Amino acid sequence: MISLQNVTITRGGQDVLRDISLAFRDSEFVGVLGPNGAGKTTLFRAILGLQPLSAGRIEVFGAPARRGNQDIGYMPQTRSTLPPSNICGFDVLANAARGHEFGLPLSGRRLREEVMAALEDVDGVELAARPLARLSGGQRQRLLLATALLGAPKLLLLDEPLISLDPAAQAAMIALIARLRRTRNLTVLFAAHDINPLLGSMDRVLYLSAGHAALGTVDEVITSEGLSKLYGSKIEVLRAGGRIFVLSDRPDAHNMCDHA
Amino acid sequence: MLDYDFMRHAFLAAGIVAVLAGFVGYFLVLRGQAFAGHALSHVGFAGATGAVLLGVSPLAGMLGVTVLGGVLMGALGERLAERDIAIGVILTMSLGLGLLFLHFFTSYATAATALLFGDVLGVDLPTIYALLGLAALSLGILGVIARPLLFASLNPELAEAKGVSLRGLGLVFLGLVGLTTAACAQIVGVLLVFALMVGPAATAQRLSMRVLPGLGLAAGIALAEAWAGIALSYYTDWPASFWISALSGVVYLLSVVFRAR
Repeated sequence: MISLQNVTITRGGQDVLRDISLAFRDSEFVGVLGPNGAGKTTLFRAILGLQPLSAGRIEVFGAPARRGNQDIGYMPQTRSTLPPSNICGFDVLANAARGHEFGLPLSGRRLREEVMAALEDVDGVELAARPLARLSGGQRQRLLLATALLGAPKLLLLDEPLISLDPAAQAAMIALIARLRRTRNLTVLFAAHDINPLLGSMDRVLYLSAGHAALGTVDEVITSEGLSKLYGSKIEVLRAGGRIFVLSDRPDAHNMCDHA
Repeated sequence: MLDYDFMRHAFLAAGIVAVLAGFVGYFLVLRGQAFAGHALSHVGFAGATGAVLLGVSPLAGMLGVTVLGGVLMGALGERLAERDIAIGVILTMSLGLGLLFLHFFTSYATAATALLFGDVLGVDLPTIYALLGLAALSLGILGVIARPLLFASLNPELAEAKGVSLRGLGLVFLGLVGLTTAACAQIVGVLLVFALMVGPAATAQRLSMRVLPGLGLAAGIALAEAWAGIALSYYTDWPASFWISALSGVVYLLSVVFRAR
């Protein structure tokens, strides 16, 4: 279980999260939504022990959040990671697998097997022999996902894995992650811009806005009343054709839910 | 050609430095910090000329300031948004400072040329021992940090989350680059450090997608270019530094053309 107790995070004089208390269950798939700057990445960094808290505490599987927790797999946003290098996918993973240990970058048989298993799990065996600079957006995302799987983590933090993917690739990515959650028994926190691609796959949704947070099922959280309260302005939620549309006079709110 | 002491010394010194430069350069290119390495050599110029002015050995002076400069750059880290500009400013100021120091000991005009463009045929035995010690130390440190350094270079955010200290690694690595720069400058001079540190490593990364073979290739190419440069200099009587930098550039360009096809 991952729990936040009265967590406040202040950055640049502003509360990104204000007195938040909530808990994620084991093997749960949670969509993390909210406008840009609502604190999705900050929340992940706090769970990773990289972001100091102004108040409260975070527990990850019974222990306080700390840097270097090998139980957590992390997939950062692609645009800020992976240099345009000529190095092949296999070596990128091989160096990440024991990358926190000192020594020479040698890969023994066990490490090679672990790397290939991670690539197989993301349907990306062919990425092993491909140079980073020649990967498409979807391939980069799958390589990063495979990297996050190394070391058999129990919790996956995925920061916008759908960014720059077309709708078909988005659906494939979500199906892949849902499958991984089952086969590897993972707890998944999945940050996204648009709620619709995640509707059939996630158990609960965490909605962040202006320092506040709401965690619950989609029907509980994504309502006109609930979001209006969260945003502090009038928001209307419409459901049509199995999709959800969020309407608001505020452009930042508008931006996040009716994106597709 | 190997009958002469100075030629044997030249091959030895260039060999030691080339292997070191190949390995360290590989990481430098991978991390996109080639310009920082270039700037460090210019900082080293000010250090070396300043040392001569104070009556200290130029190698010691250069080492001191390049390592210090590297560590400082590493400590400033990514926060330097306009990094290229900041590095460029430091580079220019250092070269200017070096010029001022040179101005005070005008009798040593040849010393200036040797510092700027190298004097591989003038390397004596004590310098070779010093280079050997430097190379052993640097490669030892590199061997210890190689794996986390690669991780931090390829997946910085994930490496940080897994407990790798990005700041600490960056600092140690740029200190290493400082050491290597000072060693390279003994062979090709501060202005041509790129020839041994960046050219071979960039070529190797174009030719190999694998890390370990790429590292070996970088050191091998640097060694071949350095030795070929000295041999060509012996037969043509043109400066060795010219030949080494020319080979470095031509081989890199060939690798670009070859890989682009």
